[in-house]
Amino acid sequence: MGIVSPGFQGRPRTQEPALPPGQYLTEDFPVLSAGPTPRVSLDTWEFVISAENGSEHRWSWQELMALPQETPTVDIHCVTRWSKLGTSWQGVSLDTLLADVDTGAHFALAHSYGGYTTNLPLDDLRGGQAWVVHTFDGAPLPAEHGGPARLLVPHLYFWKSAKWVRGLRLKTMDEPGFWETAGYHDYGDPWREQRYQGD
Amino acid sequence: MTEMSYVDGNMLDGPMRELFTVDLSSAMGRCENCGMTGSMASLHVYSHAPGLVARCPSCEEVMVRLVRGPDRAWLDMRGTTYLQVPMPMEQPFPGPL
Repeated sequence: MGIVSPGFQGRPRTQEPALPPGQYLTEDFPVLSAGPTPRVSLDTWEFVISAENGSEHRWSWQELMALPQETPTVDIHCVTRWSKLGTSWQGVSLDTLLADVDTGAHFALAHSYGGYTTNLPLDDLRGGQAWVVHTFDGAPLPAEHGGPARLLVPHLYFWKSAKWVRGLRLKTMDEPGFWETAGYHDYGDPWREQRYQGD
Repeated sequence: MTEMSYVDGNMLDGPMRELFTVDLSSAMGRCENCGMTGSMASLHVYSHAPGLVARCPSCEEVMVRLVRGPDRAWLDMRGTTYLQVPMPMEQPFPGPL
């Protein structure tokens, strides 16, 4: 039985950030893009949720800004292996946007200005897990990072956080999106390292 | 503000050589979206992405996507109607000696 209390004189344990497997930490914010950067005017910008029964819910930029705003600070993980911790955003929770949408769908296909798409289970957009964000680090989200507004779903790989998001199509069947039809995983959980189909 | 840049289609040659022996740099392709036919080397290739995305220089629609996993690759060419590949001249049918 030791009489020395462990840790009393010990150095504080180095606080290693917890990263998902296979990821490295970056301090900058790499720009990834699969095409030209769309330039979307706030005058014509809209966000549309289309339910599986054909009904549509639309928000203009002014209407989006008038909704309750949240300021999530989250870690983000890109499938190209960089992770960035403690990123600060402002936007509207998908819980707010989905509140009045009557749907029995289990899946969503997010679609963007420029044609990008990505699929997610609808449950992953609810419960305080997802936002439409327009502000990063206190400033309007730059176009190269997805402005005027992008999806933010930080618990999945960042390709699910569609840049230049324009809307959600709610679906009863899962429909793979841009990267999911080219080998990437349908769900994309970084903690289970679901990078590619079959992972 | 940084505009995302692309490189020309010659950069596809190496990655595609992992899958095929075709020399893509001398191949022609037809865009499924706008019908433009041109050199595959003229495509706009976005490589700062989870995969390579090659777009038509005319309409910017996706013609080729190539994703390279550690032990697998995925090639999606649904945006390319056809590839026209130069081939060695066929030997004429040998006549009777």
